[in-house]
Amino acid sequence: MTTPTLSARFQLDRPGFSLDVDLQLPCQGVIALFGHSGSGKTSLLRCIAGLEQSVKGALRFNGDIWQDSNTFIPTHQRRLGYVFQEASLLPHLSAQANLEFAIKRTGEVVTEADQHHVIDLLGIGPLLDRSPAQLSGGERQRVAIARALLSKPRLLLMDEPLASLDQARKQEILPYLETLKTSLDVPIIYVSHSPDEVARLADTLVAMEDGKIVASGPLNNTLTRLDFPIKLGEEVGSVVQATVVERDSEWLLAKAAFDGGELWFRDGGHAIGSPVRVRVFARDISLSLQHHSDTSIVNSLPAVVEEISTEQHPGLALVKLRVGNTPLVARLTQRSAHHLELAPGKPIWAQIKSVAIIQ
Amino acid sequence: MGFSAADLQAIWLTLRLAAIVTLLLLLIGTPIAWWLCRTRCRWKGVISAIIALPLVLPPTVLGFYLLLAMGPNGPVGQLTQALGIGTLPFTFWGLVVASVFYSLPFVVQPIQNAMEAVGERPLEVAATLGASPRDTFFNVVLPLARPGFITAAILGFTHTLGEFGVVLMIGGNIPGATRVISVQIYDHVEAMDYAQAHWLAATMVLFSFAVLAVLYSRKRPLVLK
Repeated sequence: MTTPTLSARFQLDRPGFSLDVDLQLPCQGVIALFGHSGSGKTSLLRCIAGLEQSVKGALRFNGDIWQDSNTFIPTHQRRLGYVFQEASLLPHLSAQANLEFAIKRTGEVVTEADQHHVIDLLGIGPLLDRSPAQLSGGERQRVAIARALLSKPRLLLMDEPLASLDQARKQEILPYLETLKTSLDVPIIYVSHSPDEVARLADTLVAMEDGKIVASGPLNNTLTRLDFPIKLGEEVGSVVQATVVERDSEWLLAKAAFDGGELWFRDGGHAIGSPVRVRVFARDISLSLQHHSDTSIVNSLPAVVEEISTEQHPGLALVKLRVGNTPLVARLTQRSAHHLELAPGKPIWAQIKSVAIIQ
Repeated sequence: MGFSAADLQAIWLTLRLAAIVTLLLLLIGTPIAWWLCRTRCRWKGVISAIIALPLVLPPTVLGFYLLLAMGPNGPVGQLTQALGIGTLPFTFWGLVVASVFYSLPFVVQPIQNAMEAVGERPLEVAATLGASPRDTFFNVVLPLARPGFITAAILGFTHTLGEFGVVLMIGGNIPGATRVISVQIYDHVEAMDYAQAHWLAATMVLFSFAVLAVLYSRKRPLVLK
């Protein structure tokens, strides 16, 4: 089977806002549409779904024309799933009936096993008899996600499904989304303004600003671009895909290997061989010309300086490094950068104060 | 003392008229309400105003023009004559037609309000789940707008029960065909038969009060804007 592709070209003009995008994507895994609120992410998602009927443009999914100058396939014929930002269960139907509403209209066979799988995946078994009004925000969103999955979509669109929830509810749903990603074979376009959600879920990153696409590509390559147009502030950093290779039961540490090196981290119970996603913030990397062993820092990796730029604050610099094939970003003061005589191509040691295992 | 045979005949006639009119109004009013709710047509305001006219016009004005339209020389009259059903004024079915116009806003507006209250989101949700617009109308919009239909039916029914001016203009006072309760009360009063008038009038008050009390005591009262 070939990778599904999505190509979209849209122009939408509204008072005070215009959307102008031209996008080709291999539709696989999770594609994050990332940007501040008002950047046009939701509008783009709605255009892909066919919910914006006044939009001009062209849209092809996997060889099918969904829209061009003389075609407009209505939403209900596009076979997609859509999870809205706020609770969107049909209020006159119970949770179970909401799921059945989707199953009846999918046009495909949804077996009992499929249903159990999705219901278990999202942990909504005990909620099925309740009406939407009797569910909490997080529960409603889980049912809505299950409903979208049971419609057997060829493409799943999610519009900030966590945005309307408080921190605790977000933490309740994120693990379900992470499982979803690995256990389902449906491409997902995920709208978010949260760097944390993007780091956890995305494989491909599409950054938007003012109704335009300002950067797109594989997650880490895009996130570590020093000219990445969306200012992330304290959240600047990289996301490294790694595999657990060793667990040290004496010191309760685990080691993960990635393309270019290895990282130690606090053992979180991941089995050897399991994939982990590691987030390394730029603020947590310091640079040194020599390898030090007399330091509390556990992770020290040989790297090469690739690019240097000024941070938002003129006294700070962002340095892009390469450890093997993996790009990392470090933040330091301009004075340190000057002092270490950093320049592209210079070998250096990256000392990583801490890493966050996010998956 | 109690209801006379003529009173009972008037009550039965009135209930039959109100039931038929309510049924017709629900059938006619639903598509009109849905159209008004969804359209971006620039005539929407004009159409809404025409439908709302009976709310403000004296019933005699409405009755007068309907009488002319349905009379032997009016456009509706000529059509009904051509169809071989004669003219409608001073018949039961003439009253039905007039009452449909007269009570239309009382049915269209609650349904329209309820449909507007459903909002865009459930329609979009249904579309993303593969429901066609027709499917969505019957399985999402109608059930969600149900309180509006109940209000519409009650208001349409009770409003038709109480009409007088239109009836006088278009129906006259024919026992068994057009003599409804309100006309019957008028006759009793004209004949100075107040006791008989009380029976009917008080029954109307109690009935209308009971219906409205139920309507307004519901958890989510849905009445005219």
